[in-house]
Amino acid sequence: MTDISYQSQPQEVEASLGDYFALLKPRVMQLVVFTAVVGLLAAPVQVHPVIAVASILFVAIGAGASGALNMWWDADIDGVMRRTSKRPIPAGKVTPDEAKVFGFALSGMSVMMLALSANLLAAALLAFTIFFYVVIYSMWLKRLTPQNIVIGGAAGAFPPVIGWVIATGSMSLEPWLMFALIFMWTPPHFWALALFMKSDYDDAGVPMLTVTHGRKSTRKHILAYTIPLVVLAVGTAFTSIGGPVYLVVALVLNALFLKGAYDIWRRDEAQAEADDYKVEKSVFRLSLWYLFLHFGAILVEALLPAAWGIWA
Amino acid sequence: MSIRAEHEIHQRRKGRNIGVGLMLAAFVVLILALTFVKITGGDFEMPRIEEGQ
Repeated sequence: MTDISYQSQPQEVEASLGDYFALLKPRVMQLVVFTAVVGLLAAPVQVHPVIAVASILFVAIGAGASGALNMWWDADIDGVMRRTSKRPIPAGKVTPDEAKVFGFALSGMSVMMLALSANLLAAALLAFTIFFYVVIYSMWLKRLTPQNIVIGGAAGAFPPVIGWVIATGSMSLEPWLMFALIFMWTPPHFWALALFMKSDYDDAGVPMLTVTHGRKSTRKHILAYTIPLVVLAVGTAFTSIGGPVYLVVALVLNALFLKGAYDIWRRDEAQAEADDYKVEKSVFRLSLWYLFLHFGAILVEALLPAAWGIWA
Repeated sequence: MSIRAEHEIHQRRKGRNIGVGLMLAAFVVLILALTFVKITGGDFEMPRIEEGQ
């Protein structure tokens, strides 16, 4: 890591509270909170609202802490990429050391508090998630292998499992279905982004699949990951967290997503550049709705009365 | 002569300090609420003293 150049820069602007908040990656945190809440509410055990709110808050803080540690470690490449160049460290508002201390302090606090508010297993899972995102993904895989997104996606897939464990204190198959949904969704989502944000990853030297294996191979990979994702997402309808509402949502979204992945696979670079990556951008946008609506449907099924015939 | 805060940085620090203060207060309230729920809920038991001790 070569973030020494940032440490030597004078801090022109003193950090505001908002800059520290930005270190927590609030947009990622929204996804973490949403999927963790779905995991918690889909579980067959009722949790006291105060314990539920507090526990989800600590999960959110833990996720934010891992975001701060990621920004500390990746300050050098964040400064190179257009998408991340305005983050607090490359913008010179927060020093890398401040982000590091902030991240470590919040990590420790969030794990300890989750152990007290919920249970030790949930806290251990949160600690492992932070470790996985910071050490396995950010420090190790991100700059080493084009499979960075695939394996790193596991870190983003843990929150619904943590939510479930907050409620039940134990594991079962259902939270791992939610885990698998996010895990399988992450690669096509990020590779679609990498196809139209090409110069960013190239400039930073991050071994994205588009850089190491070429864009044609990336298009194949998107389709190859989408097919098992579709099977998994639709199959989940016939488990205890699924139901008719989920099935309808899954059928529509997966038909659209599969069509999008097929269109991406069929196109070549000349066609994509001619229409400014229209299909790739629309699949990326759809992928955001895809995950949100699948988890929304799981939430609806959890909140509806449990009288659904074959799904009961 | 009194010392006056003339720089914009003092305003910024004041805002940051108030923000941190409010968050700490909210944290204290949260811990209080958690403690109350844990103690009044079923999963908290006072340690029992064995007979004869």
